Amino acid sequence: MKRTGPLVVCFIFAIIMMVQAFVPHPFSEDFLQLSNNHLMVMSTFALAIGISTFVHLHLTKIRKNGEGWYFSIVALVGMVVTATVGIFGKTEAGTLYDKIFFYIQNPMQSAMFSLLAFFMASAAYRAFRARSFEATLLLLAAIIVMLGRVPIGDLMTGGATSKITEFLFSVPNMAAKRAIMLGVSLGVIATSLKIIFGIERSWLGGTD
Amino acid sequence: MKATLIALLTVFFCAVAGTVYADAPPKLPEKFIAEDFPGDKGEKIRIMWAKSSDDGAGENDVKTYYLFRSTAKDGNYEIVEEFTPLTEDVKVYEDKNLPGNINYYYQLKIVDAQNNISFSEKIGPVAANPEWFNVNRNMILIGMLLYIAIVLVCILLAKRGKDFFVRKIAGLDAVDEAIGRATEMGKPILYVTGLGGLGDIATLASINILGRLAKKIAEYETPLIVPAYDYFVMMVQKEVVKEAYMEAGRPDSYKDDSVFFLSDSQFAYAAAVDGIMVREKPAANFYLGTFFAESLILAETGASTGAIQIAGTDALAQIPFFITACDYTLIGEELYAASAYLSREPLVMGTLKSQDWGKLILMILIIIGIALVSFGIPFDEFFRVIE
Repeated sequence: MKRTGPLVVCFIFAIIMMVQAFVPHPFSEDFLQLSNNHLMVMSTFALAIGISTFVHLHLTKIRKNGEGWYFSIVALVGMVVTATVGIFGKTEAGTLYDKIFFYIQNPMQSAMFSLLAFFMASAAYRAFRARSFEATLLLLAAIIVMLGRVPIGDLMTGGATSKITEFLFSVPNMAAKRAIMLGVSLGVIATSLKIIFGIERSWLGGTD
Repeated sequence: MKATLIALLTVFFCAVAGTVYADAPPKLPEKFIAEDFPGDKGEKIRIMWAKSSDDGAGENDVKTYYLFRSTAKDGNYEIVEEFTPLTEDVKVYEDKNLPGNINYYYQLKIVDAQNNISFSEKIGPVAANPEWFNVNRNMILIGMLLYIAIVLVCILLAKRGKDFFVRKIAGLDAVDEAIGRATEMGKPILYVTGLGGLGDIATLASINILGRLAKKIAEYETPLIVPAYDYFVMMVQKEVVKEAYMEAGRPDSYKDDSVFFLSDSQFAYAAAVDGIMVREKPAANFYLGTFFAESLILAETGASTGAIQIAGTDALAQIPFFITACDYTLIGEELYAASAYLSREPLVMGTLKSQDWGKLILMILIIIGIALVSFGIPFDEFFRVIE
């Protein structure tokens, strides 16, 4: 029963939502809006559980003096301070909450994002080592695309690199992308049907 | 004589001027139609008119078309839109954001270069009525029903005991190797489902794989780390992992702390997972699900720790990063095939086979489409979806 109930609910709502996609009537749109609102209400409760596991995890780590336990203190203090300032203070521009976001969280996220540039360089180095025919082909394509994206490339080749780049993007690259997208679409439908018909049940967890 | 000449010249110039300037008003379009837009929620009216015979031909002096609308036939007409001379033979205009079930009348005003004006007849009444079926999506419906039928047939065949051939997927064959390696090294296994929520099918597919994997991990009693980006997903992951441990007969080995919520901020999450990799040094990293820019940050950090890495995503932009930085990558649909591939349950294998049949049908349609379009038959129009 623990599984049958959710399976029945899942089946009924999945069929309703499937039909909803083909019904443009305002009634159908209102129903979709209502469902989304319910999801938001439920996610509020899930947030409480998320926070409790977050606190529990870091408190356990501090108590056990696990490796990097002091980072857990930073995480907990950060969460408590931000939440307190947000709940008891104002959140408009120029307030402390706003400053925490713009002067602490934003720069940290930007720093993390900027690492991507260096990771890309190291990943490119590995990918472009011409150890096989395919890797050599990849290297050549990459060189052409890189030259095709900068003015000096066209200057050196009389505009040829940007034309070849355009061709590489719009023909072989697009063909491969569309092939993957078609496969993904079929996979998405097959997985959805597996869940709707209860063939795949591991996402439910729990026991019968 | 002089007076006669002047009179003749005056008559001549007047005649010439009359030829040039005695201009008729622009001709009205032969067709001017307004109709309820089919298959919408009741907010659009479609207006069509053929271009004036003085637009691009005839006097060729049409300057502007003005479209007017009113709620009463003889009421006040307000301007909806103005149009420059038409490039197409028939202009199709959608009057949007209208309240439903109200009758409207339309009139067209055409002005030429000499500011001569023609008014069309008033057409209507026409109302934007809400529909119960979006006819513009009927091809999607047919395709979906066809594919559902294929899935059901494959499931039925699987139920009857048909043994389906499934090609080998190297990334999934390496799962056992990765778990074995982690077990031998006494190091944990890291499983990341990405940034998707429960609404993402890729995340659900990943959770299904987690269930299969956790069962094997439980059998070997290898530590498992599952950091979550979404608290909804975390709750499901906890249940799935707990059940897998119970199914494996190792409920005592399950640790509630193995699945935990980290952060729902993209780069905070990436930083935290990187931290786990550097501190805990997992022997195997699985990145399966929905990923964005953090994919390379995670995969490169994992590679630097020497872990065996298996990734899979349907995010097109992230696939090259995973291929570069991971040992094995499940590309697109392979992510959805993984659960069936790992479980080998007949019914689930049936759905896997249906994907192959679906692809075969698509390939046939593409070949037919290329042939027909090459001969000028607009096959692609048949599949066009209008929103």
